[in-house]
Amino acid sequence: MRDLIQDAAKGDRRSLARTLSALENRTIELAEVFEIIEPVEPAENVWQSLAITGAPGVGKSCLLDGLLTHWARAGLRVALLAVDPSSPRSGGALLGDRVRMTVVDDQDLKENIYLRSIATRKASGSVPLIVADMTQFLLAIGWDRVVIETVGAGQAEVRCAAIADRILVVEGPARGDGVQAEKAGLLELADAVIVNKCDLPGAEQHAGELRESYELGAGASPPVLLTSALHGTGIEDAASMLLALDASGRSERARWRERLLAHHERKILEAPQLDVLLEKLAAGSMTLDDVIRSIGANEHV
Amino acid sequence: MGEPLRVVVAKPGLDGHDRGAKVVARALRDAGHEVIYTGLRRSAQQIVDTVRDEDARFLGLSSLSGAHGHLFPKVCELLRAGGLNDVIVFGGGIIPEDDRQALFDCKIRAIFGPGTPTSEILEFIQTSHAMDDAGIGQGSDWHWDLGQ
Repeated sequence: MRDLIQDAAKGDRRSLARTLSALENRTIELAEVFEIIEPVEPAENVWQSLAITGAPGVGKSCLLDGLLTHWARAGLRVALLAVDPSSPRSGGALLGDRVRMTVVDDQDLKENIYLRSIATRKASGSVPLIVADMTQFLLAIGWDRVVIETVGAGQAEVRCAAIADRILVVEGPARGDGVQAEKAGLLELADAVIVNKCDLPGAEQHAGELRESYELGAGASPPVLLTSALHGTGIEDAASMLLALDASGRSERARWRERLLAHHERKILEAPQLDVLLEKLAAGSMTLDDVIRSIGANEHV
Repeated sequence: MGEPLRVVVAKPGLDGHDRGAKVVARALRDAGHEVIYTGLRRSAQQIVDTVRDEDARFLGLSSLSGAHGHLFPKVCELLRAGGLNDVIVFGGGIIPEDDRQALFDCKIRAIFGPGTPTSEILEFIQTSHAMDDAGIGQGSDWHWDLGQ
């Protein structure tokens, strides 16, 4: 395992892929990895991880392909962790994000891009929390940026805030009336919004509604850009705008709230006595509060 | 069974027919595996890069274009050159009986034609995964006999 991790740090792609599997399967912990390698110092004042989220079908993968191409051409080394859902029935998954990714096939750019498909497995929400560890590992061995593509859940999908430094929300045209833009949720945590498919009617109007909605709120508004990933319109501007985002900014408290909730959930899911506790809950011999206390107490042992 | 097995399902070469590949991908998914689908018209090198970056245990190649005799061995050669010796490779599509032995000789461990029950493919996956020398660069001369 030690050799594997050292080879990964030296740039061997197979060892990198295997180390990520080991982290994903919990056969190694991130702390153990950091005993073996010295993490690369991050560049100052730039974000390192970006989550990209939005409803299914708005064009996240296609847009990412364009953005990654620009960043790779600029010499950045970017890893993409693309999350797709696992079947709640069989536990299997069909991971199809590579189909739309042409940048990994580009002879001149493919060394600058690493793409890994990830299934949600047992995680609740659209990003499994282990992705946070995988992200840390990739950054530690010298990848400049890590982009996390979420499953593409709905308006309430804010868990990605627990994992990434910055959040990009992708919208499509004609996504309901103006009231949709006023609803609470993910858009409040967005650091940037891209309305994709701007070649279709309704995109500019939707971007206008989003901008208006942000102006009504307190604090700085995130940029709202229009792109058409299909035709390549606006991609270059979007790529530079995203790179220029501050390392930290909007909604820090809300972000820490998500991180706290995610951390708590992970503690529960990873508790060794979880199965026993679930049995006891089902049998009625413990209450939910008892269980929370029991898991919390275990932490201090 | 522990963690899900990761399987890359790939369409090498100039061949636009992926119904079969999708049926196999779906069957593997429903059996609890994680399937990475490459999409159409991939080169041998692109497929091998994908297997490497996704840390796949299996690679399924589908071809209906008649070019399997060139493309499949090329993929196997690149896998070995990349040190991906423990990856287990299987094939499917329109592969005439007369062409199969040459592919088995490249250490492709099974060829599944039209009409194969998906349960047989799943059995092959379990059987070969349990072996420790069924990889593309490993010693065994074993291959799956249809209807076994």
